[in-house]
Amino acid sequence: MELHKLSLIEQLEGLKKNEFSSVELTSHYLKRISEHDEKLNSFITVTEEQALAQAKLADDRYKNKQSLALDGLPIAHKDIFCTKGIKTTCGSKMLSDFEAPYSSTVYTKLDDMGMVMLGKTNMDEFAMGSSNETSHFGPVCNPWNHEYVPGGSSGGSASSVSAELAPIATATDTGGSIRQPASLCGLTGIKPTYGRVSRYGMIAFASSLDQGGVVARSAEDAAIVLEGMSGHDSKDSTCLKLESPDLTSNLKSSIKGMKIGLPKEFFEKAMPAYVEKSIQEAIETYKSLGAEIVEVSLKNINLSLPIYYIIAPAECSANLSRYDGVRYGYRCENPKDLEDLFMRTREEGFGAEVKRRILIGTYALSAGFYDAYYLKAQKCRQLVANDFSDAFKTVDVILSPTTPGTAFKAGEKSDDPTEMYLQDIFTIPANLAGLPGISIPCGENAGLPLGMQLVGNSLEEDKLLQFAHSYQMNTEWHKQMPNI
Amino acid sequence: MALSDKELTEIAYLARINVKEDSFSSLKKELEQILELFEELNEADISKVEAMSHPLDLSQPTRKDEVTEENEREELLKNAPSVQSGLFLVPKVIEGET
Repeated sequence: MELHKLSLIEQLEGLKKNEFSSVELTSHYLKRISEHDEKLNSFITVTEEQALAQAKLADDRYKNKQSLALDGLPIAHKDIFCTKGIKTTCGSKMLSDFEAPYSSTVYTKLDDMGMVMLGKTNMDEFAMGSSNETSHFGPVCNPWNHEYVPGGSSGGSASSVSAELAPIATATDTGGSIRQPASLCGLTGIKPTYGRVSRYGMIAFASSLDQGGVVARSAEDAAIVLEGMSGHDSKDSTCLKLESPDLTSNLKSSIKGMKIGLPKEFFEKAMPAYVEKSIQEAIETYKSLGAEIVEVSLKNINLSLPIYYIIAPAECSANLSRYDGVRYGYRCENPKDLEDLFMRTREEGFGAEVKRRILIGTYALSAGFYDAYYLKAQKCRQLVANDFSDAFKTVDVILSPTTPGTAFKAGEKSDDPTEMYLQDIFTIPANLAGLPGISIPCGENAGLPLGMQLVGNSLEEDKLLQFAHSYQMNTEWHKQMPNI
Repeated sequence: MALSDKELTEIAYLARINVKEDSFSSLKKELEQILELFEELNEADISKVEAMSHPLDLSQPTRKDEVTEENEREELLKNAPSVQSGLFLVPKVIEGET
């Protein structure tokens, strides 16, 4: 039996019924990783030994009838989540030998539910990028066509799940880093409401925007793991004081009579014909399922990109000031004094895109510019959030493309940062407003997949997953897998 | 929006990132492109809005002022690039003869 062809839910059933063991399942994926990942480069670290040990423990629990909620299911973790005793690099030279002294809450929660970590996935350095070309550990390939990028920053997570080297993976999203690679790799990727998932031990990029989530092969698979990751954590002061939401009971409910909003500002813009066609077909599918389509206006949505590129770099410049070569991480050779140690450690330890963003953020926060940039951006951010609040008075979810198109070729956009930033034009607004968003496969062009995005009101991940699941029950796009 | 060499040097120093002079012109061009993006915000009417601090308007949580962490000195020093007598070691910071 080809175990990787089973969905995560089916794998859980199989483990429960003792059709196969977690050691068999885990070994199967480890074998696939060793066979295929040399080309894809989706993993930075493969934790074979630990994985087999965890799997063995899961099998013992099944034998003793003490199994845990997600016992024995393999998962890959983005290398931004700290894992005690196992390297956590965040895709950077700065942390290339860093072993976190503690584990992130996300890792701990899933570990406590019995999930088996296969390894740590590649990513854009410090999660800054949309193509996974900024990783210190080399670029990641898109399994659909190796000359193309998988998207970023969670490109390793998306590539590994798409190539069926892992059944599901954790990821993080600051401006689209879950949804954009999900779209480019043909996966279901969900970023929950800001504060749903604890950021403790999740290496910070832009703290008011960062949020953990998953990339999966279906909404159903995503639901069970996201449910396990969510919930209040006293170690993260911005984490919502709410129990983990029930994301599975409502999954199969009909969406009949529910309303989908189409933001006219997004649809006024010219988009490639294949994107328009795929989105129109998705809209027709939803209509046939009984959803009502309504036009909405998000009149300040066009401000999202500049707002994001002030707030994210400003917060990143503050967060990344901790990498100073003193307490942990990379240190330059033979510093002549403390200043030289700081200046050269940061010059040599960070890659070009990270340095660019730190410099922009430093500028935006520097004396005399704070009001003109950061404060103004935070005010404009409220305008965008208000637009969404108004829209959600009349609709249940908001639909748009996830990305301006399918994957682009490696190297194609890496010379022009602002061109690269346009990748996230549809995804950034949800981060600014702290809203949940999901990308679902809905089409293809020239053999490369394309996704649509649904954004929901605060705390309505269940509704997003319900919409995604009902679409997936009636279409085949999410079932298409690349031939690696 | 043009950046001068002097401004770039100042920003780089504030960020404590050494920037080599031969990369000045390309870096300036890239940063200027990004700064140009920001000008789009000038058209927004922000006279009636407050700056957003948290998407869900949460109040800051507080907790009792109690020590919750254990002493993990050895564990934490393991990742340090240079250590002496249980302390982080850095180049000399106090000027003068030793």
